[in-house]
Amino acid sequence: MKFSERSPKMRNIGLIFTREFQAYFATPLAYIFIVIFLMLAGLLTFFMGGYLERDQADLVPFFEFHPWLYLFLVPALSMRLWAEERKLGTIELFLTLPISMGHAVLGKFLAAWAFSITALCLTFPFWLTVNFLGNPDNGVILASYLGSSLMAGAYLAIGSMISATTKNQIIAFVLTTAVCFIFTLAGSPVVLDFFSAWAPSEFVQAVGNFGFLPHFQSIQRGVIDLRDLFFFASIIIISLTANALIIDWRKAA
Amino acid sequence: MTETLKIDKLTKRFGPKTVVDNVTFVANKGEVLGFLGPNGAGKSTTMKMVVGFLSPTSGTASVCGHDIIENPLEVKRAVGYLPEGAPAYPDMTPHSFLKFIASIRGFRGSEKVDRVENAINITRIEDVSRQPIETLSKGYKRRVGLAQSLIHDPEVLILDEPTDGLDPNQKQVVRDLIRSMATEKCIVISTHILEEVDAVCTRAMIIASGKVVADGSPEELKSQSGAGDLDEVFRKVTKNA
Repeated sequence: MKFSERSPKMRNIGLIFTREFQAYFATPLAYIFIVIFLMLAGLLTFFMGGYLERDQADLVPFFEFHPWLYLFLVPALSMRLWAEERKLGTIELFLTLPISMGHAVLGKFLAAWAFSITALCLTFPFWLTVNFLGNPDNGVILASYLGSSLMAGAYLAIGSMISATTKNQIIAFVLTTAVCFIFTLAGSPVVLDFFSAWAPSEFVQAVGNFGFLPHFQSIQRGVIDLRDLFFFASIIIISLTANALIIDWRKAA
Repeated sequence: MTETLKIDKLTKRFGPKTVVDNVTFVANKGEVLGFLGPNGAGKSTTMKMVVGFLSPTSGTASVCGHDIIENPLEVKRAVGYLPEGAPAYPDMTPHSFLKFIASIRGFRGSEKVDRVENAINITRIEDVSRQPIETLSKGYKRRVGLAQSLIHDPEVLILDEPTDGLDPNQKQVVRDLIRSMATEKCIVISTHILEEVDAVCTRAMIIASGKVVADGSPEELKSQSGAGDLDEVFRKVTKNA
């Protein structure tokens, strides 16, 4: 069933989604991203994760590096979402078409997310290999893929929001990496020590709960806890809402 | 009868600077309104507020009875807009770009195909319609932008410097196009090229420092100044701005 047969609103999200998704493939970005993603995922899994030496039929060494891979690769996908439109001036065209702000933000985000999920799906040879070599728990692997997708979505939503603040894609990239780094490590001593030196302990605890790693790790163990799913979903929703507000606010400035 | 385009005390301030200051006017079908003024006079800002790209600090406007603040989507449906510099997605071809715009504007199937084809024909971009927009000359890019603004046959057409930077032949193409649509639409064009007003406009409005300083048919403006020359009028009313 096509979007057009449902409602004109859904249809606009679909149209923006399609244009944005194709835009990734209009430049070498898509291919470079996929190749680098797969190569790095492979290198990290085999050399740093000791995929073969561990002699265990699971994909833990593969998934465990995803937060770090995403930290540098996902901002490269999200940086163009809004900054490029500002730079090219097409934002003036885009925002004067009869589209609601929510649909515009959602269509762009979903295109970037679908692209990152496509890249993730292309790692299927790892899954085939582990099934060929042993008898892994495929439920755990499926949960890990789900967790990884959600985490990529959270990184992308943050990146999309930051991209809306600037017309410089490099600035968007660097800021997104920095902010995502804090989110990734929020539960670890590196970040907590920084805050505990001066902030009240309730605040430090709150910051700790925003760490991506613990939430991802618990999904990765095969435990699909609604709280973890809800965590990533809220990061996405909050970031995208802020994204829409930032664009609206810049109209009034 | 509702006015096609009604601007009501529209004001825009950027920080302490008032860029558009209490602008009020009405324009109707059949009018080609030339928005004249020195660079930075507030022409583009006024247009951007009407099409919903900027929010006014105070005042409002309405297009075909739809208020720009209360009903921005209806305004966007009724207006065709060519932003300054005619931005378009460089990786797309004019054909795919126009198809995208037509879809967003709600056209489907054979109607969409017809709309796209018609826009390509009237702006005379058939020759380049299948090559990426980034490879096109300025003149062609401008016409792609025009095609985009015409695809839904809007009642109100707002063109920000449609002929700026074009060679004389390209200017002629764009002006002929504007003239051919003049009777059935309300067209607002901004320009700082005075010959343009003589060439296509039925009414000229000079804006300086965000205020309307002259408004009338090109002939009226000329006779007012006694100079018989729009250049003279322009210099006279914008001198102190």
